[in-house]
Amino acid sequence: MIRTTPFHPRLAELSQTGLWGHWAGYLSAVRYDFSAKHEYFGVRNAAAFFDASPLYKYWIRGRDAERFLGGVMARDIRNCRPGRAQYTVWCDDAGYVLEDGVLFRHTADEFLLTSAEPNLSYFKSLIGSLQVEITDASEDYGILAVQGPRSRVIVEQLAPEIAALSYFGFTPAKIAGHPVTISRTGFSGDLGYEILVEAADALEVLDAVMAAGEGHGLRPFGEQALSMVRIEAGLPLIGVEFSSSRFAYNDEERVTATELGLGWLLKNIDDDTRPFIGRRAILRELAEKSSRWSTVGLMLDWKAYNDLYVNAGLIPHMDEIPVPWETMLYDDKGARAGYATSLMYSPQMQRYIAIARVKPELAKVGGVVHVEQTVNHEYLTVPAEIVRLPFFNPERKLA
Amino acid sequence: MSNTHQYDAIIVGGGHNGLVNGAYLAKAGLRTLILERRHLVGGAAITEELHPGFSFTTFSYGLSLIRPEIIQELELVRHGFMPLLMNSTFAPMENGDYLLLGQDRDANIREISRHSKADADAMDRYEFDISRVQQFIKPLFDSMPPDIFGSSPQDREDVAGLLAHLGKADKKVVHDAVRLITGSAADFLDDYFESDIVKGLIASSGIIGTKVGPMSQGSGLVLLFMSMGEHDGIMGSWSFHKGGNGGFTQVLARAAESYGAEIRLDAPVSHVMVSGGRATGVALTDGTEFTAPVVVSSLDPRRTFLQLVDPRELPTDLVENIERFRFQGTASKVNFALDGAPHFPALPGRTDQYQGFVNIGPSIEYLERAFDPAKYGWYSDKPYIDACIQSFIDPDMAPAGKHVMSCFVMYTPYELKGSDWDTERQNLGDTVQRHLDSYFPGFSDLVVHREVVTPLDIERVTGLSEGNIYAGEFLAPQMYFFRPAPGWSQYRTPIEGYYQCGSGTHPGGCVVGAPGRLASQQVLKDVRGPRS
Ligand SMILES: Cc1cc2nc3c(=O)[nH]c(=O)nc-3n(C[C@H](O)[C@H](O)[C@H](O)COP(=O)(O)OP(=O)(O)OC[C@H]3O[C@@H](n4cnc5c(N)ncnc54)[C@H](O)[C@@H]3O)c2cc1C
Repeated sequence: MIRTTPFHPRLAELSQTGLWGHWAGYLSAVRYDFSAKHEYFGVRNAAAFFDASPLYKYWIRGRDAERFLGGVMARDIRNCRPGRAQYTVWCDDAGYVLEDGVLFRHTADEFLLTSAEPNLSYFKSLIGSLQVEITDASEDYGILAVQGPRSRVIVEQLAPEIAALSYFGFTPAKIAGHPVTISRTGFSGDLGYEILVEAADALEVLDAVMAAGEGHGLRPFGEQALSMVRIEAGLPLIGVEFSSSRFAYNDEERVTATELGLGWLLKNIDDDTRPFIGRRAILRELAEKSSRWSTVGLMLDWKAYNDLYVNAGLIPHMDEIPVPWETMLYDDKGARAGYATSLMYSPQMQRYIAIARVKPELAKVGGVVHVEQTVNHEYLTVPAEIVRLPFFNPERKLA
Repeated sequence: MSNTHQYDAIIVGGGHNGLVNGAYLAKAGLRTLILERRHLVGGAAITEELHPGFSFTTFSYGLSLIRPEIIQELELVRHGFMPLLMNSTFAPMENGDYLLLGQDRDANIREISRHSKADADAMDRYEFDISRVQQFIKPLFDSMPPDIFGSSPQDREDVAGLLAHLGKADKKVVHDAVRLITGSAADFLDDYFESDIVKGLIASSGIIGTKVGPMSQGSGLVLLFMSMGEHDGIMGSWSFHKGGNGGFTQVLARAAESYGAEIRLDAPVSHVMVSGGRATGVALTDGTEFTAPVVVSSLDPRRTFLQLVDPRELPTDLVENIERFRFQGTASKVNFALDGAPHFPALPGRTDQYQGFVNIGPSIEYLERAFDPAKYGWYSDKPYIDACIQSFIDPDMAPAGKHVMSCFVMYTPYELKGSDWDTERQNLGDTVQRHLDSYFPGFSDLVVHREVVTPLDIERVTGLSEGNIYAGEFLAPQMYFFRPAPGWSQYRTPIEGYYQCGSGTHPGGCVVGAPGRLASQQVLKDVRGPRS
């Protein structure tokens, strides 16, 4: 039997569609409402909550926890203060990305990592003689992401201390009398919070959040709306933008952090005091400028897209549900330029947008590549402008 | 006079068409001035905080017809353009039942089958057939009508282009288009549907803002016009703009200003200055003058031709045509601030039915009977109401847990027999409120503020003559190459340098922007010469 998350009993009541997918062994709503776009606007114009409980959760504790993580994670954890979280990736020896996750530093020597895939034995195999204990807490907690411009007024009613949180900060708090950890994080690129709650308390906390959200347009959102907002936010997703290098049959299936658009995580890696897995390969990649791809945003030309359909006697089709396959890109001469990993019509941008990987020499903001589309059973292309990611980055996210 | 009063183009009126027109002219490099009589731009598309914390869409409330070209060409997203999905359409019935449509085709079919099994598959056929008519009409909607009375090579080319377009089209599609343009919504819908509630809901689109009943010829045209809009590519679907339609016109104003257009508020234009058959500028009512070789009026045809300029400067046939141009506004608004969500007994405890239009027009007969008194100079006692509670979609419109409800009400003819709107205003409000009470028991107890906007108020505030929401009726002889008058459908006027860009020009009223956009193309063609 597929598992259900601690929030599930209430979520099942809220689901109008009965559409559930399987995520990491749990039921996860595809969408609650008939329209994913309605849920999407919950995130962009009101507030909406997402059940992120199926994430794997690991406590990493001990005197050497920081050293351990410093050696495993590509991003330097040492300047992450207690009460702060960090988005990070871990790589293999060749500098290819294995996975990504978020590290929450609770104290000097206590961290919680959330990740999409299981990692316990891999991490344990790297402990060696360090004083570190890693425990799998995946089933101990539910995670409720409350995202959107109204998320602050909602969560603040329950836990006033969140008013002081800056982006990626977190704090212990109490909701409905239960201890929770509230972080200013999320996968929406918007103002938002995530509430980590012990499984047994999850329903009561959810009920309190829903009560606080009354009158604020709070609604649940499922995986489809989540993909929409995370694409607008330019955030990579495992299984879509990349897959673990550990399970790749060849290098075409692998990407480096730089190729994935995560070069910004690699600040200060030339500092020799922190050797980490993949560092030497990454330094080489940076020195030799040998990255094969650059991750960019694409905005499809609206008129060319429309004309493709109108000229074929069709009505232009605008689908906000991201296409679940790669889309090929060409340069002006028709040669292969790269591929889009995520493509969707963005209601916010009023355009088709894509997260794409193009050859580095083509990755100039304002440059044009041609996106393959199938119209009337024929491959045609639409020009797209290269833009900086993220597509959508409201001031309120950091304010 | 100082040269700060000299411009390349002056636009009279800062409604959405004036703003669109000004934005395009400014984007093209013209030093552009937009003069708005009121303290805010938007005209019939404004949002006002008429009660503390409650934002009212005083007049227009839904967005659909705005041309996608305008959204893109004027880069409106950069300035805050944000159309919010209307998630549902709710049609309460007199017997307490309802039709509730949402975003899932198959669920909608099941819901329709509750009312008529036969209408279940009829909906797909109807929507498909309408979409083909939309496809056929769209190129005509989005381009300047040909001057069929003109004799220049360009005119001949335009007419030939139109004939070629007709010639290419499918027989059934052309016939459907003609049946809609000349016929009644009721006749057209009878081909597809049997259930009253389904027909009533669709036919409601055929009467909006127009003095026709659903059984009147001409209602098909309104039905077709209303379906020419789109939201995110879905033809005929509507959205609420963030912050209401006033939120939208604020976006337009920011876009216009970003291209360098100057907007002056509290600047009522008294007349267009004309010298030697040429427009030279405008004078405000306080005597201030602004000069420009191009003056564009976004006001309705009556004001554009009979008030802003001296009709004696114009050809007699044009003046006669404008004098007989029908306005006869029949729509009102009653806007409410509510203390909570209305209660619909058949859906106890639910509010998801309020995520879009709430259409009180349960049958064609109901709508037609609502029309009857209007023919004789009185308003409906059981009116057609197109309501929406925007705060369910956009919580920023009202304090948490409270709501704003916009009610578009018909029929309320501009000219009342034996009374006037200053006398009847609150009676109309009471009629509407009473009627809502019958569908939503206890509705009146929720009302914390009410605002009644009659056709007379529409005229007084926006300047739309006789309160016609489209700046002139949608009747076949007032559309396309007859809008606003035969021979003058290409945004020019007989006065050189004087142009029209309001809803009284093709394609017409609603928050469409096409008049403003197409007029800007004509102005720019004239300013730059035929080469560009
Ligand atoms: C009650 C109501 C509800 C409606 N609902 C909808 C709806 O939901 N959706 C929709 O798409 N459409 C709707 N419409 C129609 C739509 O709002 C109008 O057709 C459209 O806004 C008209 O735009 P416009 O720019 O052509 O003219 P207007 O908006 O009328 O703009 C003209 C502007 O000129 C100004 N002006 C007038 N005289 C002068 C002067 N002498 N000097 C300077 N300025 C002057 C006015 O103040 C005004 O700002 C509605 C209209 C009304 C009245």
